[in-house]
Amino acid sequence: MTSTAQPTDPVITFVEATNQALDVALATDPEVFLLGEDIADPQGGGVFKCTAGLSTKYGEQRVRTTPISEQAIMGAAVGAAVTGMRPVAEIMLMNFISVAMDQLANHAAKLRFMSGGQTNVPLTVRTATGSGAQFGAQHSEMLEAWLAHTAGLKVVVPSTPADAKGLLLSCIFDDDPCVIVEHTLLYFGGVTGPVPPGDHRVPLGKANVLRPGADVSIIGYGKPILDALGVAERLADEGIDAEVIDLRTVAPLDEEAILASVARTKRAVVVHEAVKRHGIGAEIVARIGEELHGELASPVQRVGARYAPVPFAKSLEDAYAPGGADVEAAVRRTLGS
Amino acid sequence: MSGPDRSTLVGMYDTMTTIKQCDERFRSMISSGEIFLIYYSPRGQEAVAAGMAAALRPDDYLVTTYRGLHDHLAKGVALRRLWAEFLGRVDGTCKGKGGPMHITDPSSGVMVTTGVVGSGMPIANGCALSSVLRGDGRVTAVTFGDGATNIGAFHEALNLAAVWALPVVFVCQNNHYAENTPFALTQRTAHVADRAAAYGVAGVTVDGNDPVAMHTAMTAAVERARDGGGPTLLEAETYRFWGHYFGDAMEYMPPDERQAAMDADPVPAYRARLLADGTATEDELAAIDAHAAEAIDDAVRFALASPQPDVGEISVDVLAQVVTS
Repeated sequence: MTSTAQPTDPVITFVEATNQALDVALATDPEVFLLGEDIADPQGGGVFKCTAGLSTKYGEQRVRTTPISEQAIMGAAVGAAVTGMRPVAEIMLMNFISVAMDQLANHAAKLRFMSGGQTNVPLTVRTATGSGAQFGAQHSEMLEAWLAHTAGLKVVVPSTPADAKGLLLSCIFDDDPCVIVEHTLLYFGGVTGPVPPGDHRVPLGKANVLRPGADVSIIGYGKPILDALGVAERLADEGIDAEVIDLRTVAPLDEEAILASVARTKRAVVVHEAVKRHGIGAEIVARIGEELHGELASPVQRVGARYAPVPFAKSLEDAYAPGGADVEAAVRRTLGS
Repeated sequence: MSGPDRSTLVGMYDTMTTIKQCDERFRSMISSGEIFLIYYSPRGQEAVAAGMAAALRPDDYLVTTYRGLHDHLAKGVALRRLWAEFLGRVDGTCKGKGGPMHITDPSSGVMVTTGVVGSGMPIANGCALSSVLRGDGRVTAVTFGDGATNIGAFHEALNLAAVWALPVVFVCQNNHYAENTPFALTQRTAHVADRAAAYGVAGVTVDGNDPVAMHTAMTAAVERARDGGGPTLLEAETYRFWGHYFGDAMEYMPPDERQAAMDADPVPAYRARLLADGTATEDELAAIDAHAAEAIDDAVRFALASPQPDVGEISVDVLAQVVTS
């Protein structure tokens, strides 16, 4: 069932890809069910329409609209998961995960370990976030580092519609708790891409080389890695051959892919939209330093958001998150150009 | 409704004396320095657990808390594996990786024991939801103290259980203290069960020191849940004899109040009642007491002989696949 998107596959949006994944999961396994605010069709099929049509098709027992109660949503998902169900909880926006953090970090992440492996927690959390839409400080933050630093959670951040579908299906059928972070601009900005039909799965924990290259490794995930790919294509005209690696999963990291690439290129730029300080990039850079310090041709560069809450004003929001120009400048620093 | 039958009545005594003796052994071994663990004594709350569990099926789910020894034993966690887990040994229910605050034992229906006040209630809803979706007819019971009824999870969970008519019984073991703070300083309602009305669910307050009353109230709540009538908030009034954690100086508990509770110790009180009303004979109850003591002796020996887990276990059960640091 693992497959790679082909140019001939139907071109659809992130939302449609997500909807397809949920549809496949509900059709495949009676233990899969969905819960979240407004997700059933009478309530609109989800604020972002990712679940549209599913309660009509599978019934409101399996596609359950909840009160606005993130602790109760996450707790119900945990309790159902320890009894063997595969719940998919929608937490509308990633900042709201903070409200459910006890259930996610203290329970979902730890119950496999604390039970000595007797109860796993095969739940999936879908949550949207990302700057660029002027949603302000409490509706836009990338909080994946919070989650990745808790042992027991898997965290994935898709960058294409095909990955949105394939990673979500892998999360749902994975036996560990997974959080899939859906970027507001990618999902709801009308971005499209080819997506394989049916039960398309993308393996968790495996990076994807978007562009092979020999001079520098650009490593990241989510929306900024697409910006980085554009930068790499432009730099190719100058004779700079950048490799672009989309991690797809930030926990657990595909360290093998990262280290293999940087061992070849001797140079690395790490990019994410989350605040640079204390971010996932710090972990990646540390791993490169631990394994490849003496082999590097130049210091590894990090690109991430400014140390601030996500601002509202367009001028500030644009200055907050890194863009292609920041990636390009970082690449040039690694090359001494 | 007829009351519990003789075998249930005597069985509840067996459960209560086992809990009492188990607790006494833990406290004595901790005091003597033979073992070390953070211990939250359930002494005084034996009847709540015995009455509750006797009204549940073996395959019904239970979610409990760090003060959970009585619940674990009542629901049927094996003494040997329980003791080994409390001591962090590899033959424990959770291979020694959970400890006394995190007992999981699916074979007896104990799915989660949480160390976070109030967190069990939302999880219990999920266990109950899986029973609804599967149609397996199970009921989920969740226990918590009065202190847990002022955290948001309590309110979110009761509301969701009500909205979805989930087969859950919320069993509040009201021991009148939220850690060190008395009930009267933490809420204005006379009873926790008064809050049930706010969620449109049944609310019942019962004498939790009377196992028969507890069993009767629990049976009604379980039947309501199993028949699709939704959740019940069942408040069992009780008392904890040894404070929040064992070693607690208990200066915040009025000595007269504590003494009165200990004088009314539910375990000997129930024993005397079974004798007085002719339900059981002295020989029968003495044999139950002696058997419990032997089983605990055996469990202590078993646990002490069990090794601590191999250090390699630190990377096992974190994720489905082993991730080394």
